[in-house]
Amino acid sequence: MQVKKSRNQILPAIIFLLPGFALFFVFFLGPLLYSLRISFFNWNFVHNNLSVFVGFKNYITELKDPIFHRAVINTAVYTAITVSVKMVLGFFVAVLLNQKLRGRTFFRVAYYLPVITSWVIVSLLFTYMFSGQGGLVNYFLKNVLHVINTDIMWLADPILALVPVVLVDIWKGVGWTVVIFLAGLQSIPVELVEAAAVDGANRWQRLVKIILPNMRGTLVFLLVVLILGGLNAYVPFQLITHGDPMDQTHSILTLMYRATFERLDFGSGAAISYLLTLFVFLLSFVQLKLLRKPAGE
Amino acid sequence: MKRSKSFFSIFSYVFLILGLAIVAVPLWYMISTAFKPQTMVFELPPQLWPNPSTFQNFIKAMTTDNFGLYFWNSTKVAVTATLLTVLVSSMLAFAFARLNFPFKEPLFYLLLVGMMVPPVMLIIPQFVISHWLKLYNTLWGLILVYVTMNISMQTFLLRGVFEDIPRDLEEAAMIDGSSPMTIFTKIVLPLSGPGLAVVVINSFLYSWEEYAWANVNIGDSVKRTLPIGIALFQTAHLTEWGQVFAASLVALIPVVIIFIAFQRYFVQGISTTGIKG
Repeated sequence: MQVKKSRNQILPAIIFLLPGFALFFVFFLGPLLYSLRISFFNWNFVHNNLSVFVGFKNYITELKDPIFHRAVINTAVYTAITVSVKMVLGFFVAVLLNQKLRGRTFFRVAYYLPVITSWVIVSLLFTYMFSGQGGLVNYFLKNVLHVINTDIMWLADPILALVPVVLVDIWKGVGWTVVIFLAGLQSIPVELVEAAAVDGANRWQRLVKIILPNMRGTLVFLLVVLILGGLNAYVPFQLITHGDPMDQTHSILTLMYRATFERLDFGSGAAISYLLTLFVFLLSFVQLKLLRKPAGE
Repeated sequence: MKRSKSFFSIFSYVFLILGLAIVAVPLWYMISTAFKPQTMVFELPPQLWPNPSTFQNFIKAMTTDNFGLYFWNSTKVAVTATLLTVLVSSMLAFAFARLNFPFKEPLFYLLLVGMMVPPVMLIIPQFVISHWLKLYNTLWGLILVYVTMNISMQTFLLRGVFEDIPRDLEEAAMIDGSSPMTIFTKIVLPLSGPGLAVVVINSFLYSWEEYAWANVNIGDSVKRTLPIGIALFQTAHLTEWGQVFAASLVALIPVVIIFIAFQRYFVQGISTTGIKG
């Protein structure tokens, strides 16, 4: 039966696959490979055939550039902080929302509102709240909490400028991790947790011994997606700091944007994006290995 | 036992309400600023509701500053991209879930590479290709790229959904002589409502708020989408926050409608689309 069927399914398969793979080749795989080519050239955008092959020069220049180093550090710190805070807070809130609580749905929807608000809007909103003069955050710190005496010029300082960028990501992202964690929590059989409670396990023991080990898939999934998202941070950096002051607050991708569309150095831009792609592939590979490890599940 | 339980639920409420306040303050600040006259934009201490308040920002944003046009462009782009994403990725997912053909596994893994490479990384070569294909400065240039950037993830989700549909149904239809196309449109799609709803939400939100590619591919001001319009307006009029947020609130209306309409499917969708503990 199975064998007989497989023959006459090639034609339908082509019909079903064609639109998707046509797009995939033209706008994804083609560009991905083409970008590799651009990265080895001193690329001439207007007359492509006048581009000069320069080998690894674009890569080497970037790897030696202190602005690139700074962008890598910014991106790494941003990723480390936002991912860990979102994981911990998200898990915590999900555990709280997983009990029979009055207003559960309300909380869930409310926490999700920042997630559906667009990146551009929330980035501008945080820029406004972190305004040096007349900003809500300075007002709160100075006149309500009395922890500072003078207004902080958040966006004029290469380190402090990253504060709103990190906070906006956490503020916007926690709701999503909550929803994913909730889905994970709800897939754990209730009997399993109840049996442990009957056996005298307290809340903490149930969490560590039963719930967490059963959430392995969810945890790895979230880590993969969040780290990937963090390394690719673009809009909040672009709209909140613009890389200012003195190119000290770029993420890897805003630096790529600047090299390409402001300096019109397509080769260097492509080299930066490839350095990031390579790193992301390496990381995804490690994470997939981690995901596969427990063979018995 | 009893006492520890009530302690825990009081603690839960305190924590959840605190969290709610943190979520709410920026949103409230955005809404109230949209109703502030320009002179009050940096006025402190903040008032719970601006007095006097005004509708002027909304009127000005939608009429004199072209946000009405950007809204229409965004609508065209997001609706078309969403429909195409649903169509293309459900076809792909059907092939991978139900048909037999050579190189099935390698092709599926090739497609999944699309989930690992983030969209912004590709804007340079896409920009070059967009010029070659005469898609530069067109809304189709946005639509086709948005669909492509979405299909890997959405195909992956839908394949999981389709595989959960019992095969007996199709085998009965197959014996009756139905073609794969009939099985796809008459059996598989109608049984996948929640899964398709998730795809609609994901691709609509993505296309509605995408910034990086639109910023690069659209040069002509009358072809701008809302995210570009809002960001550029802020750069050009640094302190006119009232209008920025009036336009932002209008931009959020379709998103909130979609979210409320599909909210029920959304949570259900997440738990049925393969992300399991």
